[in-house]
Amino acid sequence: MSIEVRIPTILRTYTGGAKAVDASGDTLAALINDLEANHPGIKERLIDAGTDGSDELRRFVNVYINDEDVRFLGSLGAPLADGDQVVVLPAVAGG
Amino acid sequence: MTRYDSLLASVGGTPLVGLPVLSPSPDVRLWAKLEDRNPTGSIKDRAALWMLDHAEKDGRLRPGCTLLEPTSGNTGISLAMAAKLRGYRIVCVMPENTSSERRQLLRMWGAEIVSSPAAGGSNEAVRVAKQLAAEHPDWVMMYQYGNQANALAHYEGTGPELLADLPEITHFVAGLGTTGTLMGVGRYFREHKPEVKIVAAEPRYGELVYGLRNLDEGFVPELYDAGLIDTRFSVGPRDALRRVRELLESEGIFAGVSTGAILHAALGQAVKAVKAGVTADIAFVVCDGGWKYLSTGAYEGTIDEAEDRLEGQLWA
Repeated sequence: MSIEVRIPTILRTYTGGAKAVDASGDTLAALINDLEANHPGIKERLIDAGTDGSDELRRFVNVYINDEDVRFLGSLGAPLADGDQVVVLPAVAGG
Repeated sequence: MTRYDSLLASVGGTPLVGLPVLSPSPDVRLWAKLEDRNPTGSIKDRAALWMLDHAEKDGRLRPGCTLLEPTSGNTGISLAMAAKLRGYRIVCVMPENTSSERRQLLRMWGAEIVSSPAAGGSNEAVRVAKQLAAEHPDWVMMYQYGNQANALAHYEGTGPELLADLPEITHFVAGLGTTGTLMGVGRYFREHKPEVKIVAAEPRYGELVYGLRNLDEGFVPELYDAGLIDTRFSVGPRDALRRVRELLESEGIFAGVSTGAILHAALGQAVKAVKAGVTADIAFVVCDGGWKYLSTGAYEGTIDEAEDRLEGQLWA
């Protein structure tokens, strides 16, 4: 299983400067654990403990699976399949 | 109604037009809400007027006041027009990587422009504006990202107009910037026709725009309530350009680049409806016309060339 993960400039210190890395996992949570195994430190930048103590995506981190926001696909539980593309971006303003 | 007492009174009441060529079938139809028909040519006239009216009503805005607003362009242009007619001075904080037409229009309507750094996009404009507000406590910031009157303009205007013109509406698709349009229309449909799917299309810019120093500088508008939308798509410049050109080619509608991103998300919903074999009436927002983006080269040459030219630009 191979999923391309696009990394924003601000997190490339963890990927040796790579703009995109391959990772695997059948959910977003599993994918992030796999990323952490190869790029230590990155998980803590993406996830923190929510109000109920369980893991959740950080407020200013947006993650998209095939361009759809994971917060509408089950957040960290969002399912992934071979060939999916994951994009990580910081939240920015519009308007 | 086609007669109004003044220009400001003509805000809203925009046409909803069918897209006979781009609609995939008679059962799955697309409808464009032409917000470029507002006085300054964008949907932001609604928010600007509502925010000014509410600020005047609650006494925050008095004759002689100076307005301050962080904006990537359209909201500033709308506020400048309304401020001119109501006699206020206005200072707009705008990222330097926005089209030259937007700057010219702002100045034309009398706004003073403070430029914020390109890196960080509108986040930086917000930061600089908040700093200016602290230095000038007498200036009044409408602050479109957290001003409930922004969403209210769409709850009281755009939403009811859509339901009146298209009672069979199944989807509403709009751009996600301040989130005002989606929050207002979303709340209106949750209350009046909750089965309508609310779809957000968010522009995905080049890397420069996301060039924050750290993730804590990220920004989510205070207005945003994820519970009012059903799904959210990130649309890159390539798809936005492709679609905005298709809209012109197939339906004759000359729209700004961000509308291309919205149409892309709307067509995605249309394809889903066709596959599922269900009927759908999908309304989407044409935020503004293409005039302000001519200098970006979005409409000329190949898509590759146009995409290169948009790199680093705040195109929505």
